[in-house]
Amino acid sequence: MEHTADWGLEVWAQDLPGLMEEAARGMFELMGVKVSEESRCHRQLEIGADDREQLLVSFLEELLFIADSEDLAFDGFLLNLVDTNLLARLEGGFIVSRTKEIKAVTYHYLEISETKRGLKTSIVFDV
Amino acid sequence: MVQLSDLKRLGPYEWKIPTSVRADMRVPVRLFASAELLEAIGGDASLEQAVNATTLPGVVGEVLVMPDVHQGYGFPIGGVAATELPSGVISPGAIGYDINCGVRLLASRVEFGEVKGVMNDLASALDAACPSGVGKGGRLQLDEHELERACREGGEWARREGFGSESDVARTEEGGFLAGADYSKVSRRARERGRPQMGTLGAGNHFIEVEVVDEVFDDEAARVMGLSEDCLTVMIHCGSRGFGHQICTDYVTSFQKAVQRHGIRLPDRELVCAPLDSPEGQAYEGAMRAAANYAFANRQVLAHLAREAFAKALRGRAQNVHLHQVYDIAHNMGKTEEHEVDGGRRRVCVHRKGATRAFGPGFGGLPPEYRAIGQPVLVPGSMGTASWVLVGTEKSMERSLGSCCHGAGRTMSRRKAKRSINGSELRRDLEELGIKVRAGSMPGLAEEAPAAYKDVDAVVEVVTGAGIAKRVARLRPVAVVKG
Repeated sequence: MEHTADWGLEVWAQDLPGLMEEAARGMFELMGVKVSEESRCHRQLEIGADDREQLLVSFLEELLFIADSEDLAFDGFLLNLVDTNLLARLEGGFIVSRTKEIKAVTYHYLEISETKRGLKTSIVFDV
Repeated sequence: MVQLSDLKRLGPYEWKIPTSVRADMRVPVRLFASAELLEAIGGDASLEQAVNATTLPGVVGEVLVMPDVHQGYGFPIGGVAATELPSGVISPGAIGYDINCGVRLLASRVEFGEVKGVMNDLASALDAACPSGVGKGGRLQLDEHELERACREGGEWARREGFGSESDVARTEEGGFLAGADYSKVSRRARERGRPQMGTLGAGNHFIEVEVVDEVFDDEAARVMGLSEDCLTVMIHCGSRGFGHQICTDYVTSFQKAVQRHGIRLPDRELVCAPLDSPEGQAYEGAMRAAANYAFANRQVLAHLAREAFAKALRGRAQNVHLHQVYDIAHNMGKTEEHEVDGGRRRVCVHRKGATRAFGPGFGGLPPEYRAIGQPVLVPGSMGTASWVLVGTEKSMERSLGSCCHGAGRTMSRRKAKRSINGSELRRDLEELGIKVRAGSMPGLAEEAPAAYKDVDAVVEVVTGAGIAKRVARLRPVAVVKG
């Protein structure tokens, strides 16, 4: 998505777990992340939020924090949702290289809307 | 949608968006721009975001927009908004994720002509000495106690650790530290991210640039700052790294609930805020000040590393290789200041996001040697174009809450820049212009190409034409180290 100073991502999927997975994959793509195929790791996250937009931001922020602090990124996602509580089982590996830094996931005009084919949203990242 | 046709012209460089444009506006918007720059400004959502900023509870006077404005998230980059103490709000999104991102200028007596042949060595030395790039840590690994001290003391902590002089600290905005930093309001996550990143440049638009003083416009101010024509300077642009990003992230998240508790309605969730005198507002302000001090310390450590590299690369080739500090200013910050607003003297929290403080001569908060000339305002241009040293004026105190522009301002999206500009070709073009380039990644370099930015000279023409700043010197780049 065009954005003067930062980066934006348009994401669509059939349901909310799908939307969150696509957003995560898109974010890692924007970061130019390459994940090691050796020594794979698994991680489980439990995240609760007040609404689904906040849940999406919190999930992506969690992934950014793990990437920044542990040099880990994920390419396997098993996401289960009960209301706005997420249980995420993730598979990934060490980051071999990444080309861009994302500082944060923003709430700028963030809205998850229904479409005929499922859900869509636009996310702006501070870079 | 706010349109250019909503603007009322006040003068050659000033425009107004009256409160009649949208029902939820609490104050008008004042835009500093030339007719030529308006085209770029109208091309993105900057003005809409400025109007959104006028809805912040407790906002007073006018929301100000600088000529380098461009679309951000929530609040425009190049925006200034003051909220009245004690019950006006503080908004993390109106300060930015990179809290106290700012610019430091160091200057020397080394003439470019003497050392022209070793610019490659100097660029490599700076690149090697100053850790940069995505997620990179530095040489310092702070323990909890040291991190807390850096957050309380800012530039002074770095000086006592051997990374600078008293003059450096004195020639830093606010003397290099904001009082009232509250480390207890900083999350465990922010601390974890902050410990290994002290003394690092980061990535994105952050840089270290070697520049030559190209032309002096104000002899007296340049003399006081120690700027001499044809001499080398070093400019450093960076902020509070992952420490500040995490603090802003934490509070933007927690303020999602705070706005509901305080009954605040906003047009954009990224503008979430809390009253300054509320427990939530106080907590963010304390944590934000800790991040501001971290950033002052970070630039102080980087200045020390840059000095070492400068001296090492040029020793034996020039007589005096010392770099003295001209000034260090923030351009993402929330500060408590006193201003004449709406006909009275008021204590306000000035949110500056992509805008600098620009106090005029005689105003408090300046080192003694700068009181007569006004506060130095550092305006980096895009890579390959000029940067400017300006000073604040009395008019900046009257018209712009003592604020000024912070750079050239983007005009092309990062995506478009990446698509249309080849990083390797750009590097070659810059080298042909005599600018040595060291960059972490070629796509990253392409995103920061000069063509993606407005003309910094046109931006400076506006702020000087409007009288909110005065030209002191123009600098031209000869070496660029990009994060």
